Amino acid sequence: MFARLSNWLLDEAPSSRRQANWANRYRIWLALKHNPLGMMGLVIVLLFVFMAVAAPLLATHNPAAQNLDLRLAPPSAEYWLGTDELGRDIYSRIIYGSRVTLGMVVSVVIIVAPIGLAIGAIAGFFGGIVDKALMRITDVFLAFPRLILALAFVAALTPGIESAILAIALTAWPPYARLARADTLTVRNSDFIAAYRLTGGSNWRIVFRHIAPLCMPNMIVRVTLDMSSIIITAASLGFLGMGAQPPSPEWGAMIATAKRFIFDQWWVAAAPGAAIFIVSLAFNFLGDALHDVLDPKGD
Amino acid sequence: MRGFLKGFSGTLGSVLVTLFGLTVVTFLIGRVMPVDPVIAAVGDNAPQSVVEQTRIAMGLDKPLPVQFADYLWQLLHGNLGMSILTKNPVTHDIAHYFPATFELATYALILSMLIGVPLGVWAAVRQGTVTDQVIRIVCFAGHSIPVFLLALISLIVFYKALGIAPGPGRQGIIYDGMVPVQTGLLTIDSLLAGDTGAFWDAVAHLTQPVCILAYFSMAYVARMTRAFMIDALKGEFVITARAKGLPLRSVIWAHAFPTVAVQLVTVLALTYAGLLEGAVVTETVFAWPGLGQYLTTALLNADMNPVVGATLLIGVIYVGLNLLADLLYRLLDPRVR
Repeated sequence: MFARLSNWLLDEAPSSRRQANWANRYRIWLALKHNPLGMMGLVIVLLFVFMAVAAPLLATHNPAAQNLDLRLAPPSAEYWLGTDELGRDIYSRIIYGSRVTLGMVVSVVIIVAPIGLAIGAIAGFFGGIVDKALMRITDVFLAFPRLILALAFVAALTPGIESAILAIALTAWPPYARLARADTLTVRNSDFIAAYRLTGGSNWRIVFRHIAPLCMPNMIVRVTLDMSSIIITAASLGFLGMGAQPPSPEWGAMIATAKRFIFDQWWVAAAPGAAIFIVSLAFNFLGDALHDVLDPKGD
Repeated sequence: MRGFLKGFSGTLGSVLVTLFGLTVVTFLIGRVMPVDPVIAAVGDNAPQSVVEQTRIAMGLDKPLPVQFADYLWQLLHGNLGMSILTKNPVTHDIAHYFPATFELATYALILSMLIGVPLGVWAAVRQGTVTDQVIRIVCFAGHSIPVFLLALISLIVFYKALGIAPGPGRQGIIYDGMVPVQTGLLTIDSLLAGDTGAFWDAVAHLTQPVCILAYFSMAYVARMTRAFMIDALKGEFVITARAKGLPLRSVIWAHAFPTVAVQLVTVLALTYAGLLEGAVVTETVFAWPGLGQYLTTALLNADMNPVVGATLLIGVIYVGLNLLADLLYRLLDPRVR
């Protein structure tokens, strides 16, 4: 059964578009399997997603339940990672915090990737004045370090998760636009695009049906590598009091509160700190491996 | 030379457009967004008549394009408005706080180049070996750990547990205000004043934040150096040099590295901009009286003029650095000339 599936996937002459697509994915998987750091990253990322989805099953306590008699308790059999300044279970808060982080990251990517792709593809395909104008706008947004611009936006929008998502999205799209533009420029004058044009395909149809999909592999790599930067920006906003607000178990905000008693109860900050570090490291490993696999130019 | 000037004037033109865009974005952040600057200035409980008067006094009753023109006009005269919090002109505050950030970021940049470049070259030469993997992991860790977390860990270990580093702040209490301000950079001012005690105190206080920021940017420098160097080592001139029997060391540093150095100029500019960002977060942990501290305090108090001013300044520095990198690149790389 398995051997037959593998044969079907690795067939030199796929008989359908579906088979060819799955064969591509299978080859990527085979290459990824041989990259130990990449596999490690993949496993951790999957665990992270599982943690967020299955949070109610994994948590041992209600993340908001306070137990003022047991404030700042060290790790124990009852509280695996200890308790915070209001006697809340840190382990359960970390688990629920993964929902906040994953939610923010996914929202940012859903906003940013299509916008960047569209702007880059349009700029690259139409060229001329359209290209100049769009790229100047991109440059303006690239001219601020990401966190600084996000901070200024959040300050003006009132601090909170929604503002943080919007602010990070506003600062994150330019690199995607640049990337999509570069990819578009390389295929714009190729014969198959000319062929589509001869068959009467409109410009918009060519951009979105034929050019945009070709930008996808690079976009996926960029998204994966960008994840850790988004996670860190979100955590930094939380840490500076400009992202998720305190009752929320967001990891950066948890460290911000734990900062006050860091010298005496360091473990309160250690757990969310480790969580941020491990998850963003995993995304970096995975992104780097995907970069090697999907971008054969690097070899 | 004419081609150089032509190319450069083209860049200069697009930089001017970008700078104009920067002012538009900062203006929009300060004026159009939901925080009412008038309420922020007079407080929630001010009577309606005072609110209206202040609104007119601040010029906020005029149409937006007029307000923007006013903003640009003030900006051209070096006026960034007043800070509600410090009651000083924002330019005055920035001049006061910026040297501390500049000192921090500059030393971090030097350190990260000194370590990151050799590390990147080493990884490229040993590409695919265990050395390369270890350097790669060290670099990824630098990318993946938030600066504030590293700063907190460093404080716990070196200040609290080992007691070998000074605590937060820029100088010890006994030296506070003792060194006359000339450049605003403590390491230089103390030497100018001939106060070696104050100098070593400033160095000790700089060590922790500088090392943390340097690690953070070193990761980027090393990765870029490695990528450039791998390309350079594939060049035919390298193969020729090897075939002539030159020792590996001189092939690497005398033949391959100079071609990489040109590309590193751009990396240098980007790194510096990243350091300014990292400095904002590091300063809050180390109670460092710099631009980041000023910016975050203003943010938490909805004091928009300093926020807009500091953001604009960082944007302008960033654009300036990119322009400088572009200029140097054109001067150093004969192919662009």
